[in-house]
Amino acid sequence: MKHLTSMRELSRESAIGLLDNAQQLSQVNEREVKKLPALRGKTVVNLFFENSTRTRISFEVAAKRLSADVINFSADSSSVSKGESLKDTAQTLEAIGADAIVIRHPLSGAPKLLAEQGWISASVINAGDGAHEHPTQALLDALTIRQGFGLHEDLTGLKVLIVGDIRHSRVARSNILLLKLLGAKVTVAGPESLIPEGIEAMGTEVLNSFEQALEEKPDVVMMLRVQKERMQGEFFSSAADYSKSWSLEGDRLAMLSPKALIMHPGPMNRGFEISSQAADDPRSQVLKQVANGVAVRMAVLYQCLSGEQL
Amino acid sequence: MQERVVLDSPDIDRALKRIAHEILEANEGPSGLVLLGIPTRGKQLAERINALLTQIDPDYQPSLGVLDITMYRDDVASAERKIHQTLIPECGITDKVVVLVDDVLFSGRTVRAALDALTDLGRPRQVKLAVLVDRGHRELPIRPDFVGKNLPTAMTERVRVLLSQTDGVDQVVISQ
Repeated sequence: MKHLTSMRELSRESAIGLLDNAQQLSQVNEREVKKLPALRGKTVVNLFFENSTRTRISFEVAAKRLSADVINFSADSSSVSKGESLKDTAQTLEAIGADAIVIRHPLSGAPKLLAEQGWISASVINAGDGAHEHPTQALLDALTIRQGFGLHEDLTGLKVLIVGDIRHSRVARSNILLLKLLGAKVTVAGPESLIPEGIEAMGTEVLNSFEQALEEKPDVVMMLRVQKERMQGEFFSSAADYSKSWSLEGDRLAMLSPKALIMHPGPMNRGFEISSQAADDPRSQVLKQVANGVAVRMAVLYQCLSGEQL
Repeated sequence: MQERVVLDSPDIDRALKRIAHEILEANEGPSGLVLLGIPTRGKQLAERINALLTQIDPDYQPSLGVLDITMYRDDVASAERKIHQTLIPECGITDKVVVLVDDVLFSGRTVRAALDALTDLGRPRQVKLAVLVDRGHRELPIRPDFVGKNLPTAMTERVRVLLSQTDGVDQVVISQ
């Protein structure tokens, strides 16, 4: 594996392999010496055209745990609007010595372009592109689900419900692809305006009522952040209206099985799509997800940078 | 392809028994011993030596672990490798006598990686090395303390250790 730009690049076996490696690497967090020498001498550049402290820090810690050098490059997306300048930026970074470029970009497909145009020979890892994909988020969610149910292979038989702003969510898209690949049943639910047309083609059931979705007794409820920054135009009448129908709170929380997992990719809008009660519930996996994020990104960096003899 | 069986099941049993006795002799008893197997065959051999030590010496406190060295290899860039679990027994390794267990000693690079991995996990009083087969051709100044069989080989030959737990049969095979 040289790049990871989309979940579609993974087979069931390679996905499970990554999760297995991540599972082992998560143990490093419990050691006194939290560092492994595997990527000593390698340089990882975090090229972020969009603000994201959490994902950037997670990738940074992951690379440092593997002894790679890390350079953080935040570009202003307005100055890099076309392929040509993305090419120049990437080539400049490679000339400095980058072995891997972790890229977050507001345009869907930017990481794939970088990986496939032949501009650079470095590995490209997608850290979120537009409303397209966020592969490492899906992997860390799958790892968290696997751990939550004590599974060691895939997720066959589990029912996962993804709730909220599916339209703008790259997290949802990558998750649907990976969860289906691993044999889970995926249902999405949200207000009609936030469900993209044709999502059924990805193999998911679509429901327009949270209650109805909860009656199907999902094993996992994945709440999505309402991405106000991506909402050009009106997608729902008011925040209060949205919360009334789509927030995980009160009665809805009570409908959830005692063994179900509550997940959220963060950062949470407490009181909007998720209540504080749900966020702090013993079933909540939010912090586990963050911890697993480092392990999964270590596994991805290791896989991408150890495969090729440069 | 020519294959030659150099050790069969009784040979391997005898070799492991002797190694177990030698470990106790060199350590002047069972105290402070920690066996760490290097995946995947070394792990199984360590399990067997651990079982033998338990039989031989009633005072031996089983302290068995696994040391994965994948992330410490100096040839990381040459292959994608599966990372195995590292498992250190409750007692830790600091101030213990750690016996590393592997199936074949060849270049010595695996052992070098294992020594690096140990440094990150604690500070043993002593580190010793037990291998089922020493086939020579060292590339580093490393020598084993306990050897099942010294096996002179050509560089081009391949030595494979098969163990009943995973391969259904106990055998050491040389092929061209």
